[in-house]
Amino acid sequence: MEEKEIHGELSAIRNLMERSSKFISLSGLSGILAGVYALIGAGVAYKFIADNKSEINVFAENFRLKKTNIGLFYGGDYSALAEKLFVVALLVLIFSIGTGIFLSIDKAKRKGQKIWGPVSRSLLFHMSIPLISGGVLILILLYRGHYGIVTPCSLIFYGLALVSASNFTFNMVKYLGLCEITLGLIAACLPGYGLLFWALGFGVLHIIYGSMMYLKYDR
Amino acid sequence: MKIPFDKLDKAFENRVRLQIMSVLAANERYDFNSLKDLLGITDGNLASHLKALEKEEYITVHKSFLGRKPNTNYEATAKGKKAFKEHLDALEQLIKQQKAT
Repeated sequence: MEEKEIHGELSAIRNLMERSSKFISLSGLSGILAGVYALIGAGVAYKFIADNKSEINVFAENFRLKKTNIGLFYGGDYSALAEKLFVVALLVLIFSIGTGIFLSIDKAKRKGQKIWGPVSRSLLFHMSIPLISGGVLILILLYRGHYGIVTPCSLIFYGLALVSASNFTFNMVKYLGLCEITLGLIAACLPGYGLLFWALGFGVLHIIYGSMMYLKYDR
Repeated sequence: MKIPFDKLDKAFENRVRLQIMSVLAANERYDFNSLKDLLGITDGNLASHLKALEKEEYITVHKSFLGRKPNTNYEATAKGKKAFKEHLDALEQLIKQQKAT
């Protein structure tokens, strides 16, 4: 057996072990785009909140109401605002997931790999447990009026989902997850800056991670 | 130079068998169809190599049904994992020896 042959054999084994147990069709570009959508979403949300805040301030001044600061908002009726923000967040989520799926299918095709298999199945399964439990918890808390909890909770549960999914894909996803969790905990300590942390976690971090992935694997 | 070819496992002389073993070493279980897609070989070819590995008691077979479709899963045995590791060690040893000369 020639040395070259052995090297070939070993690299074939390594390649196969990785391909069979890791989902490597994740695209860095989809991370960057998800970050951009999140920043646009945060901008739109900021505008909604600013518009709403001035209304509430006028309302509060007229009736000499005491303004209570809970999370993002000031006291008053903001169910209409909450609805708008919910739609913005939902759109960002749908666009991000859509782009992610589309670009992953494209990357898998280019590399001649199957997108649906035991690996992508376990990836989705392990990711969906923290995501769904976190999502339901957030909805429950929102329903009970705890608006300030949304950003820390979504960051923390999203981070947990990434860490548990990282066993089935690039290791870098784990570090992104840990950063999201840390950011979520900091956000929990600083109520009132929810939108800022949301933009940092879902916007800026995704863009940084996406660029690193793109430079490392996509070119 | 003496090369320890005798340490290489005969069962892994065939590349497909070595590939099957590496997939099963990295994953707890793998099903027939996914294995076929991954390796890009025919049903018959894969089945015969799986049979051979099963005969060596390197892998075990789990048969079940998903709805009405039969679903066959394969799992590496402790013996199979050990043999795979020894085979890799032997390959590594060969490279080291050839580098030294």
